[in-house]
Amino acid sequence: MAVIKSEQKKLSSEKAKEMFQKMCEIRHFEDRVHEIFSTGVLPGFVHLYAGEEAVAVGVCSHLDDKDSITSTHRGHGHCIAKGCDLEGMMAEIYGKATGLCKGKGGSMHIADVSKGMLGANGIVGGGFPLAAGAGLTAKVKKNGAVAVCFFGDGANNHGTFHEGINLAAIWNLPVIFIAENNGYAEATPFEYASSCTSIADRAAGYNIPGEVVDGKDVLAVYEAAERAVERARNGEGPSLIECRTYRNYGHFEGDAQTYKGAEKEQHLSEFDAILKFREYLTTESIVSAEELDEIDQNVKDAVQNAVAFAEKSPDPQPDELLTDVYVSYKEAGGDQ
Amino acid sequence: MARIITFADAVNEAIRLAMKEDENVILMGEDVAGGAEVDHLQDEEAWGGVMGVTKGLVQEFGRDRILDTPIAEAGYIGASVTAAATGLRPIAELMFNDFIGSCLDEVMNQGAKLRYMFGGKAKVPLTIRTMHGAGFRAAAQHSQSLYGLFTAIPGIKVAVPSTPADCKGLLLQAIFDDDPVVFFEDKTLYNMKGEVEEGVYKIPFGKADIKRKGSDLTIVAIGKQVHTALKAADQLAKKGIETEVVDPRTLSPLDEDTILSSVEKTGRLVIVDEANPRCSAATDISALVADKGFDFLDAPIKMVTAPHTPVPFSPALEDLYLPTPEKVLQVVDELIGGELVV
Repeated sequence: MAVIKSEQKKLSSEKAKEMFQKMCEIRHFEDRVHEIFSTGVLPGFVHLYAGEEAVAVGVCSHLDDKDSITSTHRGHGHCIAKGCDLEGMMAEIYGKATGLCKGKGGSMHIADVSKGMLGANGIVGGGFPLAAGAGLTAKVKKNGAVAVCFFGDGANNHGTFHEGINLAAIWNLPVIFIAENNGYAEATPFEYASSCTSIADRAAGYNIPGEVVDGKDVLAVYEAAERAVERARNGEGPSLIECRTYRNYGHFEGDAQTYKGAEKEQHLSEFDAILKFREYLTTESIVSAEELDEIDQNVKDAVQNAVAFAEKSPDPQPDELLTDVYVSYKEAGGDQ
Repeated sequence: MARIITFADAVNEAIRLAMKEDENVILMGEDVAGGAEVDHLQDEEAWGGVMGVTKGLVQEFGRDRILDTPIAEAGYIGASVTAAATGLRPIAELMFNDFIGSCLDEVMNQGAKLRYMFGGKAKVPLTIRTMHGAGFRAAAQHSQSLYGLFTAIPGIKVAVPSTPADCKGLLLQAIFDDDPVVFFEDKTLYNMKGEVEEGVYKIPFGKADIKRKGSDLTIVAIGKQVHTALKAADQLAKKGIETEVVDPRTLSPLDEDTILSSVEKTGRLVIVDEANPRCSAATDISALVADKGFDFLDAPIKMVTAPHTPVPFSPALEDLYLPTPEKVLQVVDELIGGELVV
């Protein structure tokens, strides 16, 4: 399937700055997590979103708090793009009581339902039915909300891809399926694991629109998402957009990335989504270089503040082990 | 006012009342309405589920709230989880509990854990209704009783009613409960009749019901096996042995106090459960009493369960698979002494 180019519809300066800021937030947040992880202070493991900023930001720029998103194990970028608090996120990754999930979820389960962020998800392919469910609520309640399912190329071969998209299609649900094709499912190339040449081709099987865009071009993603979100809000049902992208880091932190080829260096420099967006904004005189630098610096400071906040935050109290399992649970001799 | 209705009618009535009371209650599942987009099946002829349990609901509430799904359990059970988390109060029908293999992730990793993983900032008011139980000649993939599997998962509540009245009150509780509930309906009980009150009433979870009072022996029985226990108790009464039959009604939460108090009184415990015997509700209750009620016991705890086999098809074999009053009497005989029982 041909890659649809951006029409380069001119963004307002305000919208452009907002999007640039979100992209910078994701990049700096992930770069800092990368550095901190290497020092060994973070529990567990993390999957970083750096390199894919244009996808989350291009899509979420059309959403507000009443719209839902489902995410993946590589979920920090979706959280930030959907408006989750940086300090709460960083504290969650540290496992601290002040984390968005009180330290009970961690990197793979960061969520903020009040922002419509229905959780990063440790299960590959977990999001398809979940997004359909959020879309079903919107349809039943007729509240004009949409649901977005972010998923990777690995999940595109999971059975839930079929069940979730088919359900959304037959029920005409306001759901947008966003494939983040970063080329590798863990260490396995997309081409090996997928019988299709394009994830978007699979949309035809569900009679829904499928498009491929350059996932490094935030404008292309933004414009494609605009079409899909509009369709969904108009009651015209789901769409699938495949964003061709690349992750700057490994599948998880510590992955030596031996499976990657020479393309890696190009992605870190000439194909970089933030550099590309920056060049566009300055060339088109939408935002000045000075303003972009200022945004960038402010974001760096904000991320550093988030790290400081997380570091000085307390661990969860021991009684937190037993709470939040149920809303209410009465068992004679039980705990809640 | 109480009337005599069937177990299936009790399910239907509970759903109808809940849907009348709250417009956020929806029902979804395979053919729960039936005949979607088949012109001549829009009204009275619509199936209402493979057993007809939800018949009539689509006429009353329409196809926007009674949703036929594809045979794609991961898809719609998964969707029901977030439909619940985003503001609806869905009832999802997993036709046979055996089909959980197709959607365990959605129940175990998503629905059950959402609230905890999100630090208590989400709730999942979801009811998954599902048929269980052997004796229907439905063979190994349509006959299991898998409530033990769900009881083992934190975040899920589990109800296993044994009578029409309990069924209605527990199902209404499940639907209006803010936590995910897996609600087990024994398909061989659907035609069972019993007295059921009209209108909305809820039976709280974690509250066992003593189905028969007695002082010599406690039988804790689950679901349909409550009736096996009651039949055995009738026989034992003729021998002068008074049996207390405890129906936990919900396995999660479990009313430990009622079980322990009963054993404290009788000193003897038999558990009757038609599920397979390993890592089961029966072993769980046995462990509970061994741990917290050891001093009450005058004899070893005994279990009457299915064997560690799949459910066989042949009636000759399936009848051997299930607990029976005779098997219960045999076990009691070992506990109390042959001269009293046989």
